[in-house]
Amino acid sequence: MSTTDTPTTPGFEVDPVALTPLADARVDVELDTGDMILNLGPQHPATHGTLRLVVRLDGERVVAADPVIGYMHRGYEKLSEFRTYPQVTTLINRIDWLSSFANEVPFLEAAEKLMEVEAPPRAKYIRTILTELSRIATFLLFLGEMGLQVGALTPAFYGFRDREHILNLIEAVTGGRFHPNFNRIGGVKDDLPWGWLAECRSAMKIVFDACDVFEDLVLGNEIFAARCKGVGIIPAELGAAYGVSGSNLRASGVDWDLRRDGEPYLAYPDLDFKVWTHPDGDSFARYWVRLQETRESARMVLQCLDAMPGGAVMAKVPRIIKVPAGEIWVETENPLGQMGYYVVSKGATGPFRVKIRSASFSNVSILPWLLRGVFVPDIITILAGLYFILGDIDR
Amino acid sequence: MPDETPPEAPVAENEPDEAPPAPAPAPALSAKQEAVLARLAEYLGDAVIESVPLFTDVVARVKPDAWQRVAEVAKEHLDCDYLSFISGIDWAPAPKEGDEGSSDTSSPVQPSEMTFGAAGSAGRFQVFAHVQSTHRHWGVTFKVDLDEADPRIASWVSVYPGADWHERECREMFGFVFDGHPSLRPLYLPAEFEGHPLRKDFPLLARVVKPWPGLVDVEAMPGEPEEVPSENEAPT
Amino acid sequence: MGLIESGRMPKPLTHLLNYSRKYSLWMFQWGLACCAIEMGAALASPRYDMMRLGVIPFPASPRQSDLVVVSGTVTDKMAPAIRRLYEQMPDPKYVISMGSCANCGGPYWDSYSVTKGIDQIIPVDIYVPGCPPRPEALMEAIVMLQERIQNEGIGNDQLAKRWRGEPITVA
Repeated sequence: MSTTDTPTTPGFEVDPVALTPLADARVDVELDTGDMILNLGPQHPATHGTLRLVVRLDGERVVAADPVIGYMHRGYEKLSEFRTYPQVTTLINRIDWLSSFANEVPFLEAAEKLMEVEAPPRAKYIRTILTELSRIATFLLFLGEMGLQVGALTPAFYGFRDREHILNLIEAVTGGRFHPNFNRIGGVKDDLPWGWLAECRSAMKIVFDACDVFEDLVLGNEIFAARCKGVGIIPAELGAAYGVSGSNLRASGVDWDLRRDGEPYLAYPDLDFKVWTHPDGDSFARYWVRLQETRESARMVLQCLDAMPGGAVMAKVPRIIKVPAGEIWVETENPLGQMGYYVVSKGATGPFRVKIRSASFSNVSILPWLLRGVFVPDIITILAGLYFILGDIDR
Repeated sequence: MPDETPPEAPVAENEPDEAPPAPAPAPALSAKQEAVLARLAEYLGDAVIESVPLFTDVVARVKPDAWQRVAEVAKEHLDCDYLSFISGIDWAPAPKEGDEGSSDTSSPVQPSEMTFGAAGSAGRFQVFAHVQSTHRHWGVTFKVDLDEADPRIASWVSVYPGADWHERECREMFGFVFDGHPSLRPLYLPAEFEGHPLRKDFPLLARVVKPWPGLVDVEAMPGEPEEVPSENEAPT
Repeated sequence: MGLIESGRMPKPLTHLLNYSRKYSLWMFQWGLACCAIEMGAALASPRYDMMRLGVIPFPASPRQSDLVVVSGTVTDKMAPAIRRLYEQMPDPKYVISMGSCANCGGPYWDSYSVTKGIDQIIPVDIYVPGCPPRPEALMEAIVMLQERIQNEGIGNDQLAKRWRGEPITVA
């Protein structure tokens, strides 16, 4: 703390250095304290949805934390056993409801691989662009609303405002702001509208400007830095053992991105992009990594726009989709982390079993370990930095 | 980089109705798959009942009493530091929805015989888990059979702490018990919920009470004649 | 006020009261699922700014709000919380059910853990269909609610019932 020149009252000049031991004197009494149980209930402005966190506090420090989830459990895995493949596609984009398009991609990859159908290159590029747009939309909201959780109102409005440009683009192509239902097994439903490519380019300029604003406004703010640096450090090996993935793991220094390192899917093999990591592993690092990834996504969209191939947008698939028997595991790098589908098919029009591996489930499972010993306001910072979506946790 | 050609369906599939397929060339394994299979054979030996490549992944079915050792071997010798998920599967065929002779064609009709997936299965219940390596970029899916009457298996919590929640979810959805887990409390469902939803004999009551009518009218694609039947009718 | 509860409010005063009530609705932040994002876009985004209609979304406590927009899927685990929060709101209170999950269970109508519509638990004034409904749809719902508020007590006894917390039947 910097010393301030407080004017001293004449006659009462004191020497702060000499008096320091007095200020530090501790009362040598054993205080009888009990733990308090605080319930950050399912309705709370700071938990992103219906997450309930039961924490046991000793004063202001957390002794033990227990997340209670399930308030948004809708039974996806059971429901998908009763639906046909196209119907499952419309259902699963509500798992991670901020980046809806990205949820459908691994499932469609799985169905297409089992059917041995490949989407035409133009469809792959359109899917890549829409996935990256949904990633930008999600991250813009994150950049805004993490500021809100820490106490700054302005970034939240900026986040929502800039997100509208992206949602405009998605709506122009698909008809829906989110939950687009635009993917089909074998391609996408329609081609891009006239003039969309130019709109997309100008929207990416807005994204770059928005990222610069966030970097200045939020990352450069010393209150934000003081609140977030050193808070919620996830060691890399422990994070991996818990299943933490995505930007959270990359913020702990693990250089792993399924777009580059996993099985090639969509148009990512043709793109040239950098995977951002940060060695610290605290909430500040997570914000920093996501900010860089937003810029990187915008660059990837521009690359896709430049390299967009022509041709059909839908492969030839039968009218009634029957996926041959088999099973497959497909995973992709979704905005929240690693999302995967283990699809077991028995040759019917609908899947036999779909195991949905959602990123936030594992990201949140580290909370009991992560929240030990932190202060109560830091709980909110950690929750905001981990960035989970309740539908992704509870499915 | 793993090979780009999608291989044929995995070798362990056995469709009872179909004539044996024409001899297909064995799928070419990628270097990663071969390395993983070699390490599995080396460190687990005969704990592995069957291991097959599955597209670009490897599926290994292991003996139930080796489940704990499998986790340790995967973490140490296969460098799989990342736990993706642990879940269960119920291979029993789903009972037909609605009453006898009901015309509920709303949900897809699955085959009524019990068939198993890659690497086979000894019975109805299996637990399967997927682990990956963040450095070597490979992964393995392990499957283990569970006894139908008393489904118990060892817990992976001591090796992968993230297994805690996955196993709680399995217990809730299927009824599997994981020995060594600190507390198998319910995760998703309210305390008064009865039954295990993901088992095939757990009916969705809303569909039993009033089945979804299916697609009742269909628009013709441009150039095609008008079709009348519903989209979900299974042509048996 | 004894006048309102007994239904003896004079008409000009009723007009004035309703006019001031409808333009100062305090909305409880009750976003559950995807519809909450559209609700947030309607409120916080400068494009659909709902605050110009007088709907202020600040209260995080139900005890200071008079409108709740239930947006998102309601599960059986969550239902008691919804009931409790509704009961904590003071009269007169209004409920808008936003999205098809809150209206009737929506795409999860056959799930084992989803409540098929919040009108099984709490009385609903306005239903907004959609999955998710556009922010403009939510704004239309607010405008419709404001019209309804304006007409309460004019030629009917809804105002008194609202104050007493009794159920209102819309003929």
